[in-house]
Amino acid sequence: MKTGNGDIELAGIVKSYDDGQTYAVNGINLKIPDGAYCCLLGPSGCGKSTILRMIAGHEDPTSGEIVIGGENVVGLAPVERRTAMMFQSYALFPHLSVRDNIAFALRVRGLSRSDRYRKADAMIEKVRLTELRDRLPGQLSGGQQQRVALARAAITEPRVLLLDEPLSALDEHLRIRMRTELRSMQQDLGITFIHVTHTQLEAIALADIVVVMDKGAIRQSGPAREIYSAPRDRYVAEFLGGQNVLSGRIGEINGVRATMNGALFSEVAIPLPAGKRLETGQELDIAIRRDDIELKPLSQKGMLPADSASVEGTVNGIEYQGNFVKVMLQAAGEDEFVAFVPERKFFEENLAIGEKVLAVWQISHTQVMA
Amino acid sequence: MKLSRNAVGWLNVVPLLAILIPFFVVPICVILAVSFMETDGFGGIFPVFTLENYTGVFTSSLTFNLYYETFKFTFLTLIFTAVIGFWIAYFLVFHVRSKILAMGLFLVCTVPFWTSNIIRMISWIPLLGKEGLINMGLQGTGAIDQPLEFLLFSPFAVVVAYVHQLTIFMIVPVFNSLSRIDKRVVEAALDAGASRLDVMRFVILPMSKSGIALGAIFVVSIVMGDFFVVKVMSGGGTASVVGAFYEDVGVLQYPSAAASAILLTIVVMLMVAAILRVVDIRKEISL
Repeated sequence: MKTGNGDIELAGIVKSYDDGQTYAVNGINLKIPDGAYCCLLGPSGCGKSTILRMIAGHEDPTSGEIVIGGENVVGLAPVERRTAMMFQSYALFPHLSVRDNIAFALRVRGLSRSDRYRKADAMIEKVRLTELRDRLPGQLSGGQQQRVALARAAITEPRVLLLDEPLSALDEHLRIRMRTELRSMQQDLGITFIHVTHTQLEAIALADIVVVMDKGAIRQSGPAREIYSAPRDRYVAEFLGGQNVLSGRIGEINGVRATMNGALFSEVAIPLPAGKRLETGQELDIAIRRDDIELKPLSQKGMLPADSASVEGTVNGIEYQGNFVKVMLQAAGEDEFVAFVPERKFFEENLAIGEKVLAVWQISHTQVMA
Repeated sequence: MKLSRNAVGWLNVVPLLAILIPFFVVPICVILAVSFMETDGFGGIFPVFTLENYTGVFTSSLTFNLYYETFKFTFLTLIFTAVIGFWIAYFLVFHVRSKILAMGLFLVCTVPFWTSNIIRMISWIPLLGKEGLINMGLQGTGAIDQPLEFLLFSPFAVVVAYVHQLTIFMIVPVFNSLSRIDKRVVEAALDAGASRLDVMRFVILPMSKSGIALGAIFVVSIVMGDFFVVKVMSGGGTASVVGAFYEDVGVLQYPSAAASAILLTIVVMLMVAAILRVVDIRKEISL
């Protein structure tokens, strides 16, 4: 399949509403290489769908450039951009059969019935809907509808496929299966996918590049692993989850480490991040992954290894999760300080609610944020 | 006392049946029966079976002329109400951004119905009459020197009055079916490269045809069953199917009027059946 170059560059994209005061999108700069799977991740109203619709050509930016394959496409129709969009809840044509839905783009291009059915049938086979091709969308399950939507978008041989919350209409179980299908479809087609979602698990499972957004701006973008394990700020850490975030002030600094003091904790050692200068008294957030935290009895306080930091806490909730146990602590003044304890280990120790414990982690596992 | 599910079902239908049977089924049966009876020509009806009333209706060339005229009005009214009704409904649904404003404008469409049908028809006289607004205006600009006679008391005036009266019956169901179209479906069509015309042809019209069919049923059955508008607006110059058997009733020819009525009922039923064959309106009625 000929795809052309689907690399995308957004330069200074701004979208303001009619009043010119409020912004849906405010100054977005982003590069997405050809053939990448990119997820725009953020809460509803953060502007991610607006960006998608601007790339698709259903909305125009107030200012800025959208460059696809080296060409500024602002003002061009979707077809001229060679993008295709898969709409939220699919927007299939309810009065057309699966086959006619998929062949629609070919019909408006003036292909004869036999030509467009031949092409559509090949696509239908690819998404495994051959038996259902004469059904109406209303007679299909959610997963089947999604496949129709995907096939309908892909039949125009776009260089970029834009997916607006493609999995939100499905139930939990199906969502995970269709997620895998989306990814393999993307690899199959070899084109750029841009996928909008508010579910962090979906984003990190699928994407080569995750773009975390808030209030019309990008907070952090990069490979999934980088976003998850090295969040740049409190917002990203909390949105991606899996992290405990502590706020405090820098105390002493010595060559390799510093200490941090918070309202309800003190003398927590943190590493000095490369390329960032810290000063005494500076306010700072740090993040520690929940699965990096080990719970120990208070009596071990003086006997911790030198490369570890700790805070005291009281267990106030325990949730069994199957392969691990989520232990919630009242610690360091945070609303939620959580340790993911391996299942076997938890039941060896048998912690109970109300017990005081020491939450311990390796200093080098601390992520120092802005 | 416990009622079986069946009994509850029947109880639910009772109010409807209580109205339909005495006020619809019984009169139809009476008319059907009378249409096969003899008369003495002075209003007396004798329960003697005869087909004369029907042979009379079917052999009269008048019947065919009347149906021809009435079909013509029905067809013209249907075309104009469908085009205008669709246009207005489309504008309200797709071009008025605020839902409240659309609803408001929709209600404005019903304003003409706040006065009686007769007043509305009389109101056409100052507009279309010989010395009405249009003729005076055109003469004033020098476009014509004789008043246009065809404006009032003419088939033209009849169609104008019908369209004015019945467009709302098209707007309502079409508005309803258009507003059920997900805007994203239209966007999806544009995304696939459809032109505005393509969107109209392949998406919006097919998705609103059940609404148009529903409107068509209203318009067809009302125009086919009307004689009053024809009588007033044509100035008595044009007859109609119902007008003719109304006159039969006037001269006490009940059985032949009944036969005409039965024929008309069958014709209208066939027309409605034809519309339903083309378009499945079930989805428009169920929610």
